[in-house]
Amino acid sequence: MPQVMGQALKRHEDIRLIRGRGQYTDDMTLPGMVYAKMVRSPYAHAKILSVDTQAAQAMPGVLAVFTGQDTKDELGLIPTAWIPPNSDLKMTPHPALAFDTVRYVGDAVAVVIAETPYQAQDAADQVQVQYQPLEAVVHPREAVEDGRPQVHEEIDHNIAFHWTVGPDLDAVFQQAEVVVRHEFRQQRLIPNAMEPRAALAQYNNATDELTVWVTTQNPHIHRFLLSGILGIPEHKLRVVAIDVGGGFGSKIACYPDEVVASWAARKLHRPVKWTETRQENFLITSHGRDHVQEVELAGTRDGQIQAIRVKAYSNLGAYLSTAGPGVPTILFGLIINGAYNIPHASADVYGVVTNTTPVDAYRGAGRPEATYLIERMVDLYAREIQMDPVAVREKNLVQAEAFPYTNPFGLQYDSGNYQGTLKIALDMLDYPKLREEQAALRKDGKYIGIGWSTYVEMCGLGPSEVAGAVGFQGGLWESATVRVHPTGKVTVFTGASPHGQGEETTFAQIVGQELGIPVDDIEIVHGDTARISMGWGTYGSRTTAVGGGAIHLATQKVIEKAKKIAAHKLEVSESDVVFEDGMFSVSGVPDRQVSFQAVTLDAYLAWSLPEGVEPALEGTAFYDPKNFTYPFGAHVAVVSVDPDTGDIHLMRYIAVDDIGNIINPMIVEGQIHGGLVQGIGQALYEGAEYDAEGQLLTGSLLDYAMPKARFFPRFETAHTVTPSPHNPLGVKGVGETGAIASTPAIVNAVMDALHPFGIRDLPMPLTPEKVWQAIQQNQGGR
Amino acid sequence: MPEVLTTVTMTVNGQSVTRSIEPRVLLVHFLREELGLTGTHVGCDTSQCGACTVLLDGEAVKSCTVLAVQAQGSAVTTIEGLEGTRLHPVQEGFWAKHGLQCGFCTPGAMMTAAYLLSQNPHPTEEEIREGLDGVVCRCTGYETIVRSVQQAAALMSEASETSGAEEVG
Repeated sequence: MPQVMGQALKRHEDIRLIRGRGQYTDDMTLPGMVYAKMVRSPYAHAKILSVDTQAAQAMPGVLAVFTGQDTKDELGLIPTAWIPPNSDLKMTPHPALAFDTVRYVGDAVAVVIAETPYQAQDAADQVQVQYQPLEAVVHPREAVEDGRPQVHEEIDHNIAFHWTVGPDLDAVFQQAEVVVRHEFRQQRLIPNAMEPRAALAQYNNATDELTVWVTTQNPHIHRFLLSGILGIPEHKLRVVAIDVGGGFGSKIACYPDEVVASWAARKLHRPVKWTETRQENFLITSHGRDHVQEVELAGTRDGQIQAIRVKAYSNLGAYLSTAGPGVPTILFGLIINGAYNIPHASADVYGVVTNTTPVDAYRGAGRPEATYLIERMVDLYAREIQMDPVAVREKNLVQAEAFPYTNPFGLQYDSGNYQGTLKIALDMLDYPKLREEQAALRKDGKYIGIGWSTYVEMCGLGPSEVAGAVGFQGGLWESATVRVHPTGKVTVFTGASPHGQGEETTFAQIVGQELGIPVDDIEIVHGDTARISMGWGTYGSRTTAVGGGAIHLATQKVIEKAKKIAAHKLEVSESDVVFEDGMFSVSGVPDRQVSFQAVTLDAYLAWSLPEGVEPALEGTAFYDPKNFTYPFGAHVAVVSVDPDTGDIHLMRYIAVDDIGNIINPMIVEGQIHGGLVQGIGQALYEGAEYDAEGQLLTGSLLDYAMPKARFFPRFETAHTVTPSPHNPLGVKGVGETGAIASTPAIVNAVMDALHPFGIRDLPMPLTPEKVWQAIQQNQGGR
Repeated sequence: MPEVLTTVTMTVNGQSVTRSIEPRVLLVHFLREELGLTGTHVGCDTSQCGACTVLLDGEAVKSCTVLAVQAQGSAVTTIEGLEGTRLHPVQEGFWAKHGLQCGFCTPGAMMTAAYLLSQNPHPTEEEIREGLDGVVCRCTGYETIVRSVQQAAALMSEASETSGAEEVG
């Protein structure tokens, strides 16, 4: 039996995906299916005066037109599912269809149901809505000022919550030798998973059951929330997500659209499909980031960082999204010290509502915002005290012997050797030589920059006790059932819900390795609440750490039972049985053996089972991890900036990551690459822009700059492996590291290149125009 | 609005199909809704993402920007028709080199790659990256797609060396 853990096996899921046989929600067709089209507000803030559906009702193929008046007494409000403690959070009642006030462009006011998608669109255009426009607020810090319009009557100054952590640090800052202050704008991003969101709801009036196929990262959370909103008990509600075309956090939330499609399907007794357009996706699917951060760092003149603190205004959009409030608090504030041993830290976060699209998790969710802050501040501090940024990092990184390391907020970093990854990155780069080249090039009027990011992040979300303590309205454990069929083939049911991360392959590698059977004999089932008892889904780089942990434990239960049956068959005591490479053998007598498959058949035939052993062979585990996991690493970017055009060219990018044990290196590399491009996208290209009236100016792929293939060099990746002690597989998680680490590395590199011009910082994205303007204004400093 | 239907006939993946449709129906909707060929995906509405790319008389087009009636009399190849008795080298390449994650943009990316290689069997990395400009992938970071196309090119030139015939998309 060859080793399969750690091997770059080709992906199992690709067999259908490369042949056009994926089953994304919009690919589904059901007999009698009809189509929903939403009528959406063109105003960011307005009173609804009237909705006239008469003309639309008369259009060909139209079955029904429903407005907020029709749904408001039949549907519950869409809740947030994260209530950070001690933050005085105020709920933002979110009706599926607005009936009174619209609060962002795209807020739905009516739905048309018609026989074809084209008919539904035609009729939606004929719904006449009269609005009384109101003044809008867009910017998170301006929204809290006196005299600004309020998005929700009950939310004074638009402050939905105020969350603080850490002690008063005034004394530390007053006594510090060096204090660096800076304000960062962590711009709003649009996740843009390539599959638009969709929902298809089917009501069975014989069984009174509703099935909803929906683009979700967490079907069981969706079932939980939909059950409450629709008033359908969970045992009559099935949520299915077979293939989901990317999520990046934007498919965590429960949205009005699937609620309305579900409600209409039950009302009309017809399957109802709703699919968003890309332009709708821009307007209504959750956005990410959007902070204003006022940051202060205190340190000594010789490079010892003593304190970091931040006051942040976090824009949450018009309504608090499912995980929205947790992102700028727990997932951000608790890790602003980054990978550094900083004794004092505090965070003060205002969660602000505005007339914009709701904001929720986007790849990294809170940790990119924290990492950018600390990694940029370290560079600004290094400049201030005229030290090399690497030297400052080396001096302040948590030392290898300090693990488990407790950060100023009580997070326990699991394991690591932060200097180890930095050392490898320095060697790969040949840093001293590159600094010499940089100096020589500057004399020729050529500007290259080197930017570092030595990051740590927390992921592998669980345990549930912590989830409860931090206000997440759910558990963060995971379930797994490993069902061995009579012939020895295996079906694994997981509560995680992968949507591109490749766990149909990596999970099979775990089970195949442990049972000593070919991975082709193993099928991974996910994304169906009728087939999987419970699960919390895929986000926060938790799938392998928590879902994989559950699978490992369930597999061990199978082995434990099979061993009893094998011992009985071999007529020895259980303690004399050794299980290796799919064979049970008698210890010391290797030719007395029986295969896993033979034992499985015995388990099912049940003709002769040991006393007290039940027939059949399967194991189920519900695994709650001990703690978060903490991947870390050292990234470095090398850029050149053309002073005549402001154009930035990414010359090299080195990522040295430690994500614990690696199950499939090919998939790991893919995750890192994808994260890097999203993080670099934030640094250089992407940014959502609203005008003062709350109109999204970057509302299509024409206007929002998505990274393209030609923007990038080949990435240089390397790893160290420090297993996490917090889960049985020793894995840490890799889904978000690239997006977390890369953004500050790029900006640090560009600022390093622009140093001769006296430019200290520029707001992201660093477009050529912005860079060129800054160079023009600072020519004197050249 | 009265529905005026028009008859359209085209060859899709080698089979002749005739349907009565509204003249405004986009080719991508024709393929997905009328023919049930859901491998071709709709990722945007402004012709940027390339998820809907198919071959129209051998040329890569974004099927969200072509009316079905414009394909009258033409031959269309979708992802479902890319393979013959074996996987197409582009499919092999994407599988071997991890050119996909969520798989949503993948059919369009592969059709784009098949077209690129039909025009330029030995592209440089730069040519591949330029050739993928009409493809937006949010998952992979593109490098593995580049490697996939390189792998496909290698497989195709091996195949043409052994059979003496150039394989086309």
